[in-house]
Amino acid sequence: MEFFIDSFKSAILLALSLDPELFGIVWVSTKVSFTSTLLASLFGLPLGFLVAFKEFYGKWLLITCLNTLLALPTVVIGLFVYTFISRRGIFGPLDLLYTQKAIVIGQFILILPVVATLTIAAISRIDERYKMTAMTLGGNGIQTAWAVFKEARFAVIAAVIAAFGRVIAEVGISMILGGNAKGFTRTMTTAMALEYDKGEFVLAVALGIILMCISFLVNLLFNFFQGRSGTK
Amino acid sequence: MKKNFKMKKVVVLLAMTLMTALISGSSYANEDKVFKMSTTTSTQSSGLLDVLLPVFEKDTGIKVKVFAKGTGAAIRDGRDGNVDAIFVHAKSREDQFVSNGYGTKRYAIMHNDFVIIGPAKDPAGIKGMSNAAKALEQIAKAGSMFVSRGDDSGTHTKEQALWAATDLNLKEVKKDLIKKGKQYNISFKAPEGKWYMSIGQGMGKATIFSEEKQAYLLTDRGTFIKYKFGRDQGLDLEVLCEGDNALSNPYGFIPISPKKFPHVKYDLAKTFVQWLISQKGQTTINNYRLLEKQLFYPDAIK
Repeated sequence: MEFFIDSFKSAILLALSLDPELFGIVWVSTKVSFTSTLLASLFGLPLGFLVAFKEFYGKWLLITCLNTLLALPTVVIGLFVYTFISRRGIFGPLDLLYTQKAIVIGQFILILPVVATLTIAAISRIDERYKMTAMTLGGNGIQTAWAVFKEARFAVIAAVIAAFGRVIAEVGISMILGGNAKGFTRTMTTAMALEYDKGEFVLAVALGIILMCISFLVNLLFNFFQGRSGTK
Repeated sequence: MKKNFKMKKVVVLLAMTLMTALISGSSYANEDKVFKMSTTTSTQSSGLLDVLLPVFEKDTGIKVKVFAKGTGAAIRDGRDGNVDAIFVHAKSREDQFVSNGYGTKRYAIMHNDFVIIGPAKDPAGIKGMSNAAKALEQIAKAGSMFVSRGDDSGTHTKEQALWAATDLNLKEVKKDLIKKGKQYNISFKAPEGKWYMSIGQGMGKATIFSEEKQAYLLTDRGTFIKYKFGRDQGLDLEVLCEGDNALSNPYGFIPISPKKFPHVKYDLAKTFVQWLISQKGQTTINNYRLLEKQLFYPDAIK
């Protein structure tokens, strides 16, 4: 119990100290996570919409595959991307490894299936009659999709929130592709892993508490888009 | 419909039985002849323990559960009483550990040495230098990328000592924390600049990082040999600075004090260290070769 009280007090001290290093870490974490979430949403939402809307041969197989990808370990993604961008890999000359861009690429792969599958689930739940009504009212494809999106927005934005939560909390990809370089690619989670390795448990948990605070702020923002009541 | 429900029940029951079996089956069969040891990664990744432990087990029937991590984390394990012994390489911190009463005694087991490695092109021009601090100073002045473990490990401790021996201006980073209700701080000293990459990872990962970025790195010779000659992909990096007395790397073994933590298996740890410093243990260390190269030199016998 004392350990958690210590950690909590340390978190407050850390936050109050306005430590530039800490702010750097928080900045890298949020920037990278936002970028990958944005990119994954840009691709994942339309993909989810398409799969949910269209009837085609092998649809269930595609959905099952996407669901399976949810279980893809971060370390596997990290190593997969690593082989491409390492100095001896095909994209080696781009010097991407151990940069923030590398983390974004890995995280994008990680959460694309999250956004897609949860969007499929959200859209599929909407009554078929919405789609029909929008279409009979003369809506084209995009207008129909928009009408359905408005109806499903609470669950669709939940997909984006889940994806953001997954990337800001993941450590495998950030560690393998970012390399935890202080001031460049050190994120909150890799910093925590490091403090654990060093045996500074209090500092690790203190960082975790700060991460939760940031996550809370971000979710307030999402909540605004979702509509505060949460029902409509 | 009802039959289906029954099927589900059977499946759930089966799954639960399986899980119980897995959990109960995972405990060690012979718990009293096993002790726990936290050690630095180099003793494990160099393959030394894979040779030492089976011989020791054959002689005494004692098994050692090894947790390989950085020296800082290993010492932390010892301070918390999570293990029965530590086998690390940061002499000043080991002495402090013993004088604080966490360990009974530091036994000098063996040593090897650190080397500064870097790209073959050697942009900072340190090749052949034998003064490690001067070499680091030159790297800093050239602004060539240098990778630091930055993880509070034995190697990191050594690196900080070397930087402190240079004439460079170092930046001290302090962090205030609370422990047991009291405020304390941890601090690090490091040179400043974009060329200095503190990555906070183990020796192997730091080696790969340096290879990828073709940067300079302070490493123990064992890990370097293993990564350079023990893997198909090898390394382009080369040893550029070696032979300084300041680069020596002694390893010590400390049994955790049973006075501090009554639950530790002091007798088993003591048996192990006495075996390590015996003629047989020391000869085994002396004879250990990785890719035909000697990695460790015994310290307990001459």
